[in-house]
Amino acid sequence: MIDFNSVTTAIDRFLNSVLPHQAATLVECLIIAVCAIVAYLTFAIVMIYMERKVCAAFQCRVGPDRVGKWGLLQVFSDVFKMLTKEIIELCSSDKILYTLAPFLVIMSSIITFSCLPFDNGLQVLDFNIGIFFIMAASSFGILGILLGGWSSNNKFSMIGAMRSGGQMISYELSMGLSVLTLVVLSGTMQISDLVEEQTKGWFIFRGHIPAFIAFIIYIISGNAETNRAPFDLPEAESELTAGFHTEYSGMGFGLFYVAEFMNMFIIAGIATTIFLGGWAPFTIPGADAFNSAMFMIPGFVWFLGKTFFVIWLLMWIRWTFPRLRIDQVLVLEWKYMVPIGLLNLLIMTICVVMGWTF
Amino acid sequence: MNLVLLFTMIVASVIFVALVMVITRWISPRSFNRHKGETYECGIPTQGSTWIHFKAGYYLFAILFLMFDIEAVFLFPWATIVQELGTKALVGVLFFLFFLILGLAYAWRKKALEWK
Repeated sequence: MIDFNSVTTAIDRFLNSVLPHQAATLVECLIIAVCAIVAYLTFAIVMIYMERKVCAAFQCRVGPDRVGKWGLLQVFSDVFKMLTKEIIELCSSDKILYTLAPFLVIMSSIITFSCLPFDNGLQVLDFNIGIFFIMAASSFGILGILLGGWSSNNKFSMIGAMRSGGQMISYELSMGLSVLTLVVLSGTMQISDLVEEQTKGWFIFRGHIPAFIAFIIYIISGNAETNRAPFDLPEAESELTAGFHTEYSGMGFGLFYVAEFMNMFIIAGIATTIFLGGWAPFTIPGADAFNSAMFMIPGFVWFLGKTFFVIWLLMWIRWTFPRLRIDQVLVLEWKYMVPIGLLNLLIMTICVVMGWTF
Repeated sequence: MNLVLLFTMIVASVIFVALVMVITRWISPRSFNRHKGETYECGIPTQGSTWIHFKAGYYLFAILFLMFDIEAVFLFPWATIVQELGTKALVGVLFFLFFLILGLAYAWRKKALEWK
């Protein structure tokens, strides 16, 4: 295992020896910001390519294969096309809020992204209220969506934004409950501690039945949070053209698109962190030779492997199920997921108090 | 240091979005006519303003969400120390959840969870 803490400490010591303290801090912040944004965009590109190929596979097609080998350059050409598209100026929109909306959406997704633990020490933000902070920062994005839809002064955008708001705040709740269940099991909210704890065994195995129920609830509500089918009412293309970003053209739309894809990555990343052990390798208690072999594989490989597995799961759901109606979406949340989530929290508490966990 | 990093990330994301918007305005074509700037609609001129009183159903769910989300905020600190408190924590939260589920049952009974 590589410990990235030593790498960052070495860089910090080097910069402090060359520059005065404040300048060194500034340079560090700059390096971190650039690295985080580059990683963010790289994952966005990977995700868009993966979405197309996986979608094609589920529909028995080939997917993009003309631009570059296996269509690898397709995404890049799309980005350049989008950059050269005209930004249409609207006559009747609220200009300030209309411009502000992509900022809020991207800000919330970048902040959440920088909380993900890619490897031991390879994490930008590590608060002691970590998982709670992630929930708070990710719910911030709803504001951007509501603003974007409302300020466009378009019927489609407005309906899309309202549906999105209603759905996202509702599913926030069951997501919070499933995270809460895991906090009861772990007894900490700090991301690095959560993962450190799981080197002894992933929480989904240690928490057995309640943890597994929480995982399923989390995946369903995560799907709803990212506005993807079967919960894609906010941008139901056959009824609302494009939902809340109908009036956004060129890169304004592109930013919403990137944020949506990265939110899916973040949802999968959090699922990996709290249920599937983050960068912690798969271990079997007792089998020492097997465990030490597993520890040889670098942590970020484990993290990305598990994250992309969860993303693949989400894509599978997205391309398999038909769209729900808004009343069905809300009934599913309030009459099934919230009571089940509360009951599950109680079961987990009893298990933890009685010591029935591994 | 964490707060400095948080501030850095906020500034970085703002700069990133601003940079993208500036680049795209710089390299994309620009022309303006009145019809292009009209609100998008399926072939017909749009009727009236969109900024009107909207369906109350959404707000009802927003109020319900507020109630339950604040409850989740109260439960988070409890969840971190439940292992140390043991049975005391279990009994305490049983009362808390009982009143909470009572609230949900009341909303259910009042048909606040139906979509009309």
